[in-house]
Amino acid sequence: MRARGIGQSSNFFSHYARQLGTLSGLLGLCVVLWAATPFFLTVSNLLNVAEQAAIIAIVAVGMTFVIITGGIDLSVGSVLAFAGVVMAEALHRDVPVPLALAVALGTGLFCGLVNGALITLGRLPPFIATLGMMSVARGTALMFTEGRPVSGFSGGFRSLATGEVLGLPISVVIMVGVYVLAHVVLTRTKLGRYTYAIGGNEEAALLSGVNVKLYKAAVYGISGMLSGLAAVLLTARLNSAQPIAGMMYELDAIAATVIGGTSLLGGEGTVVGTLIGALIMAVLRNGLNILGVSSFVQQVVIGSVIITAVLIDMWLKRRAG
Amino acid sequence: MTDAPVLEMREIRKTFPGVLALDGVDFELRRGEVHILLGENGAGKSTLMKILSGAYQKSAGRVTLDGNEIEVKNPAHAQSLGIATIYQEFNLVPHLSVGENIFLGREPVRLGFIERREVNRRASEILHGLGLDLDPRRPVKGLRVAEQQMVEVAKALSLDARVLIMDEPTAALTEHEIKELFEAIRGLKAKGVSVVYISHRMEELFEIGDRVTVLRDGRSTGTFDVRETNKFELIRLMVNRDLTELFPKEHAARGAEVLRVEGLTTRGGLRDVSFSLHQGEVLGIAGLLGAGRTELARAIFGLDKVERGMVSINGQVKRIGSPRAAINSGLGFLTEDRKAQGLVLPLSVKDNLCLPSVDKFTRLGFVDAKRERQAADRYVKELRIRTPGLEQKVVYLSGGNQQKVVLSKWLCSEAEIFIFDEPTRGVDVGAKAEIYQLMNRLAAAGVAIIMISSELPEILGMSDRILVMRAGTIACEFGAGEATQEKILECALGE
Repeated sequence: MRARGIGQSSNFFSHYARQLGTLSGLLGLCVVLWAATPFFLTVSNLLNVAEQAAIIAIVAVGMTFVIITGGIDLSVGSVLAFAGVVMAEALHRDVPVPLALAVALGTGLFCGLVNGALITLGRLPPFIATLGMMSVARGTALMFTEGRPVSGFSGGFRSLATGEVLGLPISVVIMVGVYVLAHVVLTRTKLGRYTYAIGGNEEAALLSGVNVKLYKAAVYGISGMLSGLAAVLLTARLNSAQPIAGMMYELDAIAATVIGGTSLLGGEGTVVGTLIGALIMAVLRNGLNILGVSSFVQQVVIGSVIITAVLIDMWLKRRAG
Repeated sequence: MTDAPVLEMREIRKTFPGVLALDGVDFELRRGEVHILLGENGAGKSTLMKILSGAYQKSAGRVTLDGNEIEVKNPAHAQSLGIATIYQEFNLVPHLSVGENIFLGREPVRLGFIERREVNRRASEILHGLGLDLDPRRPVKGLRVAEQQMVEVAKALSLDARVLIMDEPTAALTEHEIKELFEAIRGLKAKGVSVVYISHRMEELFEIGDRVTVLRDGRSTGTFDVRETNKFELIRLMVNRDLTELFPKEHAARGAEVLRVEGLTTRGGLRDVSFSLHQGEVLGIAGLLGAGRTELARAIFGLDKVERGMVSINGQVKRIGSPRAAINSGLGFLTEDRKAQGLVLPLSVKDNLCLPSVDKFTRLGFVDAKRERQAADRYVKELRIRTPGLEQKVVYLSGGNQQKVVLSKWLCSEAEIFIFDEPTRGVDVGAKAEIYQLMNRLAAAGVAIIMISSELPEILGMSDRILVMRAGTIACEFGAGEATQEKILECALGE
């Protein structure tokens, strides 16, 4: 029994050491910004940061699942836009709000499952399948709306952006809920176990009786559905569904995931890390905005942070390995 | 052959953080000799050779080449000193040709263009010197494993290597290919090249070796002339215990028929394979590489599509279309390539062990981690898997312990028919004996075992019945005690 305890505790540190590292990066960043501008650490600003982070953070959860299986999903931003305009059209046709939300999630799920089918049944590399979907979903959204945003919704729908639960914006509450759920799924369920097994060694997983095709498709479905959820929140916030929404979100989501310590090779990663990664990006953007740093410079800074984070991660792994 | 040492390593020490890997090892290599390096996994063989090849830096000690002290800084430096290493995993570029691979990085160039004709001419010369009839223009990816290995040897020779280190060179070769390799090694000896040869296979040592050095726990337990020692003495030196028998075969009671295969034919190359398997039986399957042994296992396990024929388990005809279906029918498959197919390396001992039977521990989609840990803990203890904990990633375990994790997977899934494909490849002598004992215990408990192996002593030592495959079908069947190495080889080669 004692040996088991030791095994667990050493696992606890090896498992969360990486997150502690990223977390201290985030806290360090906050301290620096606080020193630079006291306004950063006001409650209203922090809530603002969390709200800004929420949408990318939700998309990044799906991306984390996909990347743990050793894949990639480039279509998330386009699927978000597509799901958003489909839902907006539904709302304009007086579809009840709960049903419209289901439409958004369903549209995302459908696109994700198509990705999954192309990858498992069609045996396409995930990069190609989702690159194709990225273009198809974006194009369909533009066709569907003739390139114009679909705007103006009922107060009931907009309360998703304006409402609060326990003093927290609804989008932040939903983000936290998604992360708790995703963490439980990854660490405690069969789906989670198989997600890691497929990414760690697809062949061994197959030989151990894992229905690899089913679970892989499911993971892309999850990613698509979360893009649909993100579409709901973005549309409510802007009071407008734009066919050009979510441009480059796939890159932000990938960045949050890898900053969070998930390996692009698959088999390892946590959503806790991804959340910290998404927050680092949001804090950085917010801080640079407050400091009045130009958006051109911001891009340089954010790119450098991504590279530095992954360099440190790989360096630590090499030393441990 | 002269007795002057080409290379001497004296009092070599190597420490890693917290570990003393080598503790004052002496090693000496004469001109034109094949020097076998023997030892269990973790004894320090690889570490010693990595110091020689420049992959590691020694912590203390002295290395001399032709009487001059050298400091091997890195692998490129080792090459320039004439020390070449052929690793188990080849370093070849699949899409380039044989010749291009041999001269990779040192292509003869004129005016910025590679002189392809010159590459091929020089490659041909070297390959011929090795007694090999291989077209240097062929791409490497189409070659057999043995041929790829020869390309590696040719590459080493093109560097004018005087010391050649070979790490388990026969691990993936068939008997016939091993003979070819040994011919080539004898040719190298005649040219004065010295070979350090790392192997787990005792039989090879006596066939190709001149001298042998045994390592145990980072120390040398002695260097011997191969003709003046024997298998049992060497094993004792390696493991510091007497293995009275290498193959502790116990004949279990033969029970009811559990598996019957009739007329199995696949597009993958099986032709009309029929046999039966009983409880408590170890059925050895011998044959050359490519004879269809692994294909047979894959077909039974639902990995390859069956065109004709049928499989029945416990008297019932089963349609096994996926590994899941096979596992549900009570099959377990220990694949030949542990790392590529048997284990999910970044996952823990526990997660690997429970992977085929997650369903057993799952309720409403949630995995009961506590029950899982109990099960894993039981097998870790029962099989004496050496691991610091259940959460240790399997990538950090030794070969023998990894193999035990794979075995536990199928114990945990309560398989009744085990298919072992090369169960002891890359496993050291001590762990080998443990795996054989486990097979005995399984058989005694009524499990039926199919054992595919290229090691004839293992086939002969452990099987109750032996099938020999050739060209996708079963060519001969032998009862225990009926078969000999010669008979099996004759049948496998179709002579």
